[in-house]
Amino acid sequence: MSAPTELLNVQIDGVWYQFKKGTRVIEACAQAGKFIPHYCYHPKLSSPGNCRMCLIEMGMPKTGPDRKPELGADGKPVISWIPRPQISCAQDITEGMGVRTDSSLVRECRHGVMEFLLINHPLDCPICDQAGECHLQEYSVEYGTAGSRFLEEKVKKPKRVELGPRVTLDDERCILCSRCIRFMKEIAHDDVLGFASRGSHTYLTAHPGKRLDSNYSLNTVDICPVGALTSTDFRFKMRVWFLKETKSICTSCATGCNTIVGSRENVIYRQTPRENDAVNSAWMCDYGRLNIHYVNSPDRLKFPQVREAQGLANVSWKTALAKAGEELKQFQRNSVAVVASAKMTNEELWLTKKLIDSLGTVYHDVVPRAGQADQLLMSADRNPNTLGAQLFGITSEYPGSKLREMTEKIASGEIRAVVALGEDLTQIGLAESDLKKLTALIVVGILPNETTRNASVLLPACAFSEKRGTMINIKGRLQRLNHATLAPGEARDDWEIIRDLLQQLTGSNGIYLIDDVFKEIAETIPEMTGLSFGRIGDHGVQLVEESEDAQPVAMTV
Amino acid sequence: MVSTIRTPHPREKRIIFKNIDRPGWTNDIGCYLHDGGYEELKKAFTMKPGQIVNEVKLSGLRGRGGAGFPCGVKWGFIRPGGTKPVYLICNADESEPGTFKDRYIIHQDPHQLIEGMIISCYAVNAQLAYIYIRGEFPEGAKILERALAEAKEHGFLGKNILGSGFDLEIYVFRGAGAYICGEETGLIESMEGKRPYPRIKPPYFPAALGLYLCPTIVNNVETLCNVKHIVRIGGAEYAKMGKPNNTGTRLLCVSGDVQKPGYYEFEVGAITIGELINDICGGMKPGRTLKAVIPGGSSAKVMSAKDRYKLKTKQPDGTMAETEMGLEDIPIDFDSLAAAGSMAGSGGVIVMDDSRDMVWALNNINEFYAHESCGQCTPCREGSLWMKKITGRMLHGGGVEQDTDTLKSVADNIAGRTICAFGEACAWPTQSFVAKFRDEFMGTAHKKGNGNGSTNS
Repeated sequence: MSAPTELLNVQIDGVWYQFKKGTRVIEACAQAGKFIPHYCYHPKLSSPGNCRMCLIEMGMPKTGPDRKPELGADGKPVISWIPRPQISCAQDITEGMGVRTDSSLVRECRHGVMEFLLINHPLDCPICDQAGECHLQEYSVEYGTAGSRFLEEKVKKPKRVELGPRVTLDDERCILCSRCIRFMKEIAHDDVLGFASRGSHTYLTAHPGKRLDSNYSLNTVDICPVGALTSTDFRFKMRVWFLKETKSICTSCATGCNTIVGSRENVIYRQTPRENDAVNSAWMCDYGRLNIHYVNSPDRLKFPQVREAQGLANVSWKTALAKAGEELKQFQRNSVAVVASAKMTNEELWLTKKLIDSLGTVYHDVVPRAGQADQLLMSADRNPNTLGAQLFGITSEYPGSKLREMTEKIASGEIRAVVALGEDLTQIGLAESDLKKLTALIVVGILPNETTRNASVLLPACAFSEKRGTMINIKGRLQRLNHATLAPGEARDDWEIIRDLLQQLTGSNGIYLIDDVFKEIAETIPEMTGLSFGRIGDHGVQLVEESEDAQPVAMTV
Repeated sequence: MVSTIRTPHPREKRIIFKNIDRPGWTNDIGCYLHDGGYEELKKAFTMKPGQIVNEVKLSGLRGRGGAGFPCGVKWGFIRPGGTKPVYLICNADESEPGTFKDRYIIHQDPHQLIEGMIISCYAVNAQLAYIYIRGEFPEGAKILERALAEAKEHGFLGKNILGSGFDLEIYVFRGAGAYICGEETGLIESMEGKRPYPRIKPPYFPAALGLYLCPTIVNNVETLCNVKHIVRIGGAEYAKMGKPNNTGTRLLCVSGDVQKPGYYEFEVGAITIGELINDICGGMKPGRTLKAVIPGGSSAKVMSAKDRYKLKTKQPDGTMAETEMGLEDIPIDFDSLAAAGSMAGSGGVIVMDDSRDMVWALNNINEFYAHESCGQCTPCREGSLWMKKITGRMLHGGGVEQDTDTLKSVADNIAGRTICAFGEACAWPTQSFVAKFRDEFMGTAHKKGNGNGSTNS
């Protein structure tokens, strides 16, 4: 049991509040509903106090001759105000502190800083990617003026600087808040950014001989409060106010970083991290962030197909599913194998297990994807839901350990039918010639590959942003995917496809809502008792206690 | 070094500058020892460190770098018995325009500084000290390095100094040419190999979180030299020099439109601005009259000769009364200049006569501060260059009616809102010039300037 946190009394704009000891003044004000504008302050980074936007009036309890606080008529301490305005971002509250967030001095300070920040700013909002989510714009509305008193020439600085492969810098827009520098130093531990020159001519740059090529470089774009740092991938693609924001999770590794998918008209334009201290702090890696464009690929599989004499032909879903059912019924038990994916959702995996049980085969597994883990967020397991696949019995403690036996038996002809769910069999050691030997190859997928080309029945499915569902990350946290975009053509949600295959085999009545699939899971799996999509919430639920050897998540200093 | 040897003025009281321009004086340790050098160090070692701190507190010594903070109080912030090492840094970054006193100590009397430093280090228990010297003083750095080597050879530095059991090393650290390195936390950042961005206070008060986040004392060259003399005569005796709260002597650097500019040492408050100009510095140039004085380095607020100043002064019967006086009657000490709306600052007295174009003068200052702003925090970074651009435009033609008010408002938006005192340093000249010489500034609107700094040619 930890000791109860001490509460301190602080007066904000004349009203006394209590906050936990260790609260920053700026955070205490926010908790009291008094938002303090700021640029350089970021709760996950050190506070340099350089932007001066968060200036407030501060006071300390007045002490009498006995060194005890003097009390006013209300029995509360009398506050002795410091004549100079103070920054609120770098100090913790103290007992009896007074804060004024809306005095004429504070308003003057904000007004002055806003003016200073804009005099040399290019004001190129019409073509700036940050427009719509720019703090200069935002605070200009509240603390700026319509006109400018600045009659001089603006300072010229470098434009279109490629700081690295994924980040483009406009130094004229930069307000020198140093958030990006601090992120690279304190979080990414790759101290490549810094300021050069001095005074108003100061500009952000990479240190000589260095590039901003860290796998976390795009976080600097997220935390840049202005349009200085832009994502080379997203730049000039879409006005941000047209983007629909959908809360989701990244599916590029087992960490499951919480994300926001930015889409418009069924096209994903960007994916950005969403704060979750239990998973990814406020960050995500560039690899995961940019691994979205396949969703919009023109090659996406759009129609169910069955193999005919001339090759694969588009058919109706009813025909395709009936054909798949017919084929599977011929090959029961161990002549059929199921190659599933640890990229599938729990709901899909749950139904897949039922399919496996109904087929009665012992040959089922997922395809492992291993990479190098880093010390920040990226997991060595590049599948987002290996834990789910294990939990539902699709794979064992050693994912992929059965694949070798399965491929041998496919090559030898012992296994004559395969259900491939979201995986390309040529990636597990099978040659195209092996696939051609199969009597039935039922494939659920989203993009063409050797396996889809050799399918006997091809069933087009959904990408991560096109469906709902849950996954369990490496630390045992159950998290939700949400529906951001529509699948192309006639592609269907994976869980529905598997349900329909199951129905073909068993004739059992179908489930009509994915929520009901989850309900079934929650009723069966003890760790998920009582949970529902709603209860999982936006930040997920920890299913098991975090183990010591689990992948470290974002470390904030 | 070439220097014009000049005998001190009879009204001077030379303590710190005793050996400057002294006939036959050389800056080597032999000459210093022959003159009784390092005797105060020996005396200091007979005292307890706390005693020395008390003597310095008793002396009333105020910092000579510009802010005038009481030296003993600063030292008192170092808690004895801490687990972290204590550092002492001598701030020899003398960069304030109009100030040229420390360099003469360094060039001509380096051992006085070193002796003062050793005593100070002993007092605050610093076993490692640095002299941070500005990059523009390469000669001074060499002299100091040689002097430190001499001191070490003679056992004044190193292990167990003079059998006292006290160990100390002093190193010279050379700056790279930035005014902001004179700001103590900027200086510390610079020494740590970083950009000299001043630190936010709180929490980074040097006495608690200084160099390498250890307790650190940063003192000006002249301040540290004074410590030697406090040990010599005692704090109480020292405090008899000058005036209460303005004790000791003060080095003044006079530049500008006087007949004999130069460096002088007086008891604090012993002379007035008028006496300094007319009696000591030979008066204004022929045919010229006094227009303005910047009394404490370029960042001090300018004082107009036309204005009347109200100061509280001690009357013959011992009571305090408010007296109105002209610029020339103001005594040069910390409190009088502060009461008159300016400051004693770094002791750089800049005198301007009636030929001076105040727009030109302010633009000159603004150019300096715009060039030297470190750029860390918004108001100073953007405001200093903006002010320079406005005065530049006023000067070279293109001034408009609202410039004067804009200038004042920009300065008002800087002062008091920055990380370090540079904000005030760059805002005060503009605030004061515009307030005191408003007509000259207003007069530039729609008028073509000649840009050569003179209204008469």
